[in-house]
Amino acid sequence: MAEVKAGSWVEIYSVILEPGQRAPQVPEDTAKVPLELKVKGFLQSDANLGDKVEIKTIIGRKYTGKLIDAEPSYDHSYGRPIPELLKVGRELKEILKAEGGNG
Amino acid sequence: MNAGDYNEVMARNNEIMKKAVGIDYDQFRVNELVFDYEGMMSKAGYQLDEIIQIQKETGVGQTPLLELKNITEVVRKLSPAGKGARIFLKDEAANPSGSYKARRASVSVYHAEKQGYPGVVAATSGNYGAAVASQAVMRNLESIIVQEVFDSKDRGQPEILEKGRKCEAYGSEVLQLSVGPELFYMFLKVLEETGYFNASLYTPFGIAGVETLGYEIINQLREREELEPDAIICTNAGGGNLTGTARGVFKAGAKETEIIGASVDLSGLHMASDQDFNRKSFTTGHTGFGIPFATWPDRADVPLNAARALRYMDRYVTVNQGEVFYMTEALAAIEGMERGPAGNTSLAAAFAIAQEMDEDQVVVVQETEYTGAGKHPIPQLNFAKENGVEIKRGNPDHEVPGQSIIIPEEPGMIKARDLDLEKIRVSYLKKAINNSGIENLGDKELEFLAAEVNLEVARVKEMLAEIAEIDVEIS
Repeated sequence: MAEVKAGSWVEIYSVILEPGQRAPQVPEDTAKVPLELKVKGFLQSDANLGDKVEIKTIIGRKYTGKLIDAEPSYDHSYGRPIPELLKVGRELKEILKAEGGNG
Repeated sequence: MNAGDYNEVMARNNEIMKKAVGIDYDQFRVNELVFDYEGMMSKAGYQLDEIIQIQKETGVGQTPLLELKNITEVVRKLSPAGKGARIFLKDEAANPSGSYKARRASVSVYHAEKQGYPGVVAATSGNYGAAVASQAVMRNLESIIVQEVFDSKDRGQPEILEKGRKCEAYGSEVLQLSVGPELFYMFLKVLEETGYFNASLYTPFGIAGVETLGYEIINQLREREELEPDAIICTNAGGGNLTGTARGVFKAGAKETEIIGASVDLSGLHMASDQDFNRKSFTTGHTGFGIPFATWPDRADVPLNAARALRYMDRYVTVNQGEVFYMTEALAAIEGMERGPAGNTSLAAAFAIAQEMDEDQVVVVQETEYTGAGKHPIPQLNFAKENGVEIKRGNPDHEVPGQSIIIPEEPGMIKARDLDLEKIRVSYLKKAINNSGIENLGDKELEFLAAEVNLEVARVKEMLAEIAEIDVEIS
């Protein structure tokens, strides 16, 4: 049975340029890896992750590629506090209270 | 996809661009070296009063100008008697898409609508994507944003992921690519397939849209404080922010205001390197764009770049990543304004430069940007740690881009480090002359070069005589 139903919001992946096809001006490390594309859209027919599929983007354009995610999530966040920044505000307030300088 | 397709599409660059921008740039070329910059800005662009109207229609501009009284007070605590300029901040985060880039997108998208294009495309990993997307929504056009987001290990830069999310919030199709300048190929393909307008950052429309920013600063200070600023500091990357602002300042009639560019120092990191990509904690406003674009502006996605920072820059300084994160924290902690880190590059520079200036002088930081998940000191510094960059308190002079980020131990350590503008001008002159292949420089050519580097003709002649790599007759 298909894991992902037609009409689902998904993400697909494709290789645009293989390592040997990279532009001449790219540095060595970049030349060794492919140029890759990810794009999201509505899946056009039932499929499994890893299948070659067609999607229609939010504005209705079609792309094909490997199905890599269904309902792809936004994972960027804040994370743990940064100890090196935590005290900056209090330190500046101390400076504001202190005598001296031209202040 | 194949390499043949890549070469074919790239070979159609000029043809694709002509359709997608709707400007015949050849009409402004005088010869292989000279082009009519002002002619291009006025004929292809819009006049300031029209732009003010265009921006009013979509709620762009007229942002608050705030005095940073507590930060100014800290500056004065660190300054000798009589020193410590007042610092003002133009809160560009108040634009509809959260940054000054709304100004830059507004005229392009208006023009695209007027010319009957069904949609707009922009190649950008920055705030410009959201700006184009937001303006497109307001003018009922479709939008496609092409971003460079992740490295070969599939690690996305958090700030760019956030910018992609924001574009999607405005209904854009977002193409997310791995590292590499061939992004331009995808961009051309999309332009060709869709027939959409190229909302390039570097057209006369984009740059003219920023003129209102400089114009507003001058008028706000005249009205409120009955003064003109002694200096305006612009975060500098591709040069459009500085160019547009400076043009607006001149149009407002402020002749004495010093225009200072500021970039985050990312020296040593290659902009097209897969491995360096996620060792940068700033995705814009840095020297990796600032210096190449200053020394050779015509590397953009249009034949003639309207962003020409060297024409307007009186001074160019760098600050370190740790200093900008520190000032971002300061802006939140003692001014009550939480704003995105990259836009605070010029604030860090202003903090140092204000200490050199007299206390009755005024320095303006001309932008802020919105902040949010991914696009904030906390996620950026966590991401840097995950990528092996050391984070510590200390002296930011010791920061090595890609290896360490040093949050200043104390605010007195923050510096604006001057770049040698003379060297940058020499580099520009070499590229301009050698790329053009011109052999004789007459009055017309010398005047053009002098305007390009913001110097007198006589000085340019002296400089040319001293540059060994240039072989031209000067008549």
